[in-house]
Amino acid sequence: MHDHDDDHHHDNHFSDMQARVKALETLLTAKGLIDPKAIDAIVETYETKIGPRNGAHVVAKAWTDPEFAAWLKRDATAAIASLGYTGRQGEHMRAVFNTPETHNLVVCTLCSCYPWSVLGLPPVWYKAPAYRSRAVIDPRGVLAEFGLALPEGQAIRVWDSTAELRYLVIPERPAGTEAMGEAELAALVSRDAMIGTAIVHLAEAA
Amino acid sequence: MNARDLLGTPGLPLAQDGGPVFAEPWQAEAFAMTVRLHERGVFSWSEWAEVLSQELYRPGRCVDGSDYYDCWVAALSRILSELSIVRGDDLVRLSEAWQRAAEATPHGMPIVLENDPLGKGAA
Repeated sequence: MHDHDDDHHHDNHFSDMQARVKALETLLTAKGLIDPKAIDAIVETYETKIGPRNGAHVVAKAWTDPEFAAWLKRDATAAIASLGYTGRQGEHMRAVFNTPETHNLVVCTLCSCYPWSVLGLPPVWYKAPAYRSRAVIDPRGVLAEFGLALPEGQAIRVWDSTAELRYLVIPERPAGTEAMGEAELAALVSRDAMIGTAIVHLAEAA
Repeated sequence: MNARDLLGTPGLPLAQDGGPVFAEPWQAEAFAMTVRLHERGVFSWSEWAEVLSQELYRPGRCVDGSDYYDCWVAALSRILSELSIVRGDDLVRLSEAWQRAAEATPHGMPIVLENDPLGKGAA
């Protein structure tokens, strides 16, 4: 658990557009014209359509270029920016690397802490308060619900995105991908693997 | 909502597989609300396309098109106001309430309208 420094800033902020959309949603829900669950269901249909797969490119480059990986470990903000991906707010990024000993999982409440420019749209379930609190208390149990059973001996570290620092999980490169190039590797990396609720598999299809 | 409606949406940024592309979650929410209102028969997709198109062709757009969904939200606000479903001043008041609520919400807690310190958020 980290503690929060004294509040020289606000933890949460809605842009004008975010606030306008929330206001529309509130008014339309009150009138019975929309149901937030139906909206979530539609968003869910499209949430993986994230345009350029920026984060996957970062991961694939880290797998194939040890120098880039070292830079990413040292200064993720600069390393990611070198690929042309910067957030609107110029957020600071930190890359956390999965190892056989440690699996990383990122939580956040979708205030303004989610690195859209790198990860694209967050999953709809991410904003459920229950997800965040349970992921902090029982990460192994939450991951099991996502169908991710980690080896007993592998520790799980949970990182809480803040307005100042956002996280990108660098998954382990799967075995059997030694011959693959960057583009082919990037195609294996899912959004969920970059927030730590999945690992990267080599496609089963022969 | 079908593929033809999607393609008949002026300027909609599409992915290679034909689905819409969003840069931020609020854009997907605005898109989804519009789809839902259309499904409920609040307006036809061609009516929507007409209003959206008017917003898109206003002068002063960003040259890179990054304000596409800003136009979308402006069009949605306008069509709902024209249909007397949402009043413009209610929308402004409630948007401000949501911004106050967000600022008053500590990190790690869900942002809910009840957190607005002025507490006049309810629609």
